[in-house]
Amino acid sequence: LSIRPVLSDPEKQRGRSAAVAIAALVIAAGIPLWWKTTETYRAWLPAARIGELEALQLELRVEVEVVFARGTLSPEQQKKVPASRITYESCCKSKSLCLVEADHALHTLTETSCGSVVIYIIPEASALLPQDMRVYVGRSRTALLRSQVASVVGAGLPEVLAALDPQMEQVLQTMSFNHQDVTAALTDRLRPGLSTRDSLADSMRAFKSSPGYEITFSLLNPDPKHHQLHWDVEAALDAYIYPLLHKMAPVANFSVDSQILYYAVLGVNPRYDASASAYTLSADSLAHVINPVEARLGSNAASSNPVLNFLLYVPDSLHSPLIIRNDQKQEVASNAFHSPRWGGIMVYNVDGAYGNDTQFPVDIAIDMSRVMGVFLSQLRLMLGFQQTGAPPGFVLEAAGREGVAEWELDRLLWSRSVENVATASASITSLAQLLDQIANIVINDNIAQQVASAVTALQAAVAELEAGNLALALEHSREAISASERAFFDPSLLHLLYFPDDQKFAIYIPLFLPMCVPILLSLLKIFREVQQHRAEKRAKRD
Amino acid sequence: GWKRGSSFLPGIDVTDTKLSTSAFLLLHQARAERFFRSDHTNNWAVLVCTSRFWFNYRHVANTLSVYRSVKRLGIPDSHIVLMLADDMACNHRNPKPATVFSHKNMELNVYGDDVEVDYRGYEVTVENFLRVLTGRLPPSTPRSKRLLSDDHSNILIYLTGHGGNGFLKFQDSEEISNVELADAFEQMWQKRRYNELLFIIDTCQGASMYERFYSPNLMALASSQVGEDSLSHQPDLAIGVHLMDRYTFYLLEFLEDIHPASQANMNDLFKVCPKSQCVSTPGHRTDLFQRDPGSVLITDFFGSVRKVEITMETINLTPHTETALAYVDQLPVAQIIHQKPKQKDWHPPDGFILGLWTLILLVFFRTYGIKHLKHIF
Repeated sequence: LSIRPVLSDPEKQRGRSAAVAIAALVIAAGIPLWWKTTETYRAWLPAARIGELEALQLELRVEVEVVFARGTLSPEQQKKVPASRITYESCCKSKSLCLVEADHALHTLTETSCGSVVIYIIPEASALLPQDMRVYVGRSRTALLRSQVASVVGAGLPEVLAALDPQMEQVLQTMSFNHQDVTAALTDRLRPGLSTRDSLADSMRAFKSSPGYEITFSLLNPDPKHHQLHWDVEAALDAYIYPLLHKMAPVANFSVDSQILYYAVLGVNPRYDASASAYTLSADSLAHVINPVEARLGSNAASSNPVLNFLLYVPDSLHSPLIIRNDQKQEVASNAFHSPRWGGIMVYNVDGAYGNDTQFPVDIAIDMSRVMGVFLSQLRLMLGFQQTGAPPGFVLEAAGREGVAEWELDRLLWSRSVENVATASASITSLAQLLDQIANIVINDNIAQQVASAVTALQAAVAELEAGNLALALEHSREAISASERAFFDPSLLHLLYFPDDQKFAIYIPLFLPMCVPILLSLLKIFREVQQHRAEKRAKRD
Repeated sequence: GWKRGSSFLPGIDVTDTKLSTSAFLLLHQARAERFFRSDHTNNWAVLVCTSRFWFNYRHVANTLSVYRSVKRLGIPDSHIVLMLADDMACNHRNPKPATVFSHKNMELNVYGDDVEVDYRGYEVTVENFLRVLTGRLPPSTPRSKRLLSDDHSNILIYLTGHGGNGFLKFQDSEEISNVELADAFEQMWQKRRYNELLFIIDTCQGASMYERFYSPNLMALASSQVGEDSLSHQPDLAIGVHLMDRYTFYLLEFLEDIHPASQANMNDLFKVCPKSQCVSTPGHRTDLFQRDPGSVLITDFFGSVRKVEITMETINLTPHTETALAYVDQLPVAQIIHQKPKQKDWHPPDGFILGLWTLILLVFFRTYGIKHLKHIF
């Protein structure tokens, strides 16, 4: 009988130890190595702070300074009010000033920071305001409110302020923000049905917050044989448009250019109306005017900023004059129309400048102040300054040449800050959710850095909004939104790695199975031999 | 000052505070009415043909015919992203170069005169397609290759090529799955890159591609159900290939009757190419769409009808005094344009070469003897 020297054969021993060693190497070194090398690099994201963003609560605070004029407070009340507030009367009380001058004089007295409001309470009998008007809102964050509080009984300062509360709230709703403005700024993020229809129309008309805008002014001359048009657009832009754009510098960057297009026609044939002896464009046909023209306009291909187009169309001599009619078939004073988020078109008739027997082509200089008046108002609408209808009893000073009053700008800044904060927080939270869900996306260091800076800027913006510093809040919110957009739209975040599980098996099995099968089988064999050896030992003992 | 605050929780119901109901709201009402038939202010189209090689002529013709309709109805080139995987018009197997026909007898040349192809040939990949949709393009990408839509854009997406159950083949080498497409749309929704989206696909088993959508405001149409093949329409014997697919052929016929002011709605679109004409069963999906399809006009997606408002307010500006623009005194041109003196080519000093040769000759004769001099003279 030959006893199988199972465990004592040195070669078998060597074989066994080799198999065990290889198995140990594969398990101890191979698997971690494979895991590490097939891992996707994911930089650390501040998940806790991002989680806080989901339940963000915004608090907006307006600094209001109330100044009482002489005659509005009774002597006992006057004693309770701090003395510094009495200084204003020295400049305005004696002269009979008109409103604008008074407003200007008051403006020089107090330094108002961005976002704050100063309300001057003037006596009931004052002649500054017309009889039926209670409030006058000037061009620069000041308001004059006519009220009589001396009659309030129980004379402490808090009671006086409480009595003025409803009127002051109305003033602030006009000058800073109200519920509708803020809901409109948040329309994306709120459930539908919460905003009123014309705040929705306002939000559809104005461009969304963007780091920059491009504005193009175009002159369309379909008939160069008859009309030789001269427009001094550079000087007009300097005088009328750039002041507004400079004021909007904290909101966005603007780049402006202009062009002249020859032989560019409107896509619609105007109808001749004998009663007005003019060609008319009805309101329904206006919608089809823009598309054929847009193909010719061109745009600055270098940036991805939204483009605003302002077109000045001078009708050809055969179709002059051309007037626009509204839904009620009435003539429109401005002879212009605009399209939300696109721009505006104005029709400028020149048939009055020449008679029938002039030598063609006629030199015509375009009256830029009239044209820019229309374009400026359209530009205001496109940029987000709402058509403010004055509540009853209010007089709102028109902005005039500067383009925009400071309180209107403040209004825009409030809604833009809120919009930026909402958009940035939504971007960050959805990005974090996306990165969480898809385990295969690589998160580079620069993305993590952008996310971290966006979160920091967001929290700073919210803090500044609570403190009432509008300018700083806007700056932080712009930083937040640009960082969050850069993080979200980074080209490296592309999820092309959709691997269903069966595909994973299909990839790894051909690689690892041929290697693992011999190892497993030899381990199995060793195990069985050890078991047999033990069984024999037990049998020998017994 | 005293604190005046309001609190808002994004995404959660806001309690209604008092809204001022003043007269000016009513004035705006009439104007606002016209806006609310639909919510969009601009239109975009992404048209993709995913097949290459000459025998897939029909896929390029499909895409070009949708491109043609969309342009005719008003969407400008700047708002269309056209991706064609191969060039059929200038293919050397095309017997009629610079044309792509949609109908035998060569009735309609859908290539036209001004086609603007944004992604061509090998640029049409799954990666580029997803990058266009999600907006994750490298910063150097030109504007014409980007989808710059916003939250009030209606987007039309048309895909055609060879597909299967749950995937669409790109360029015969890679594929996009329906899950990836659904995720891409969800990312678009998260960033509000569309208001409403119409997705049309003309491939075999096309309905599988819209099965996995889960984002709101999506409407989808497909040319065939799962398990069915989309068939091609008719071959042209002169060109030698099938010219178009059935579904898109009848879609083109339907769209040729639409003009920018047309009131045809989506229910008419769902009826395009019934089983008797198409052999496959076209399908559609509207459960994610908020509006009723009967109220959605064809031109909401295929055309570009702008909303316009009359400008009621103008600002009175006083004409400013024209300051004559004075140009700076011009310097003479010679001072502005500095010309460097023209570099003459360097030559060695005069006589240098002559001297060198003399030296060489003298050394030669010195070495080999003066008697060789007679051979020279």
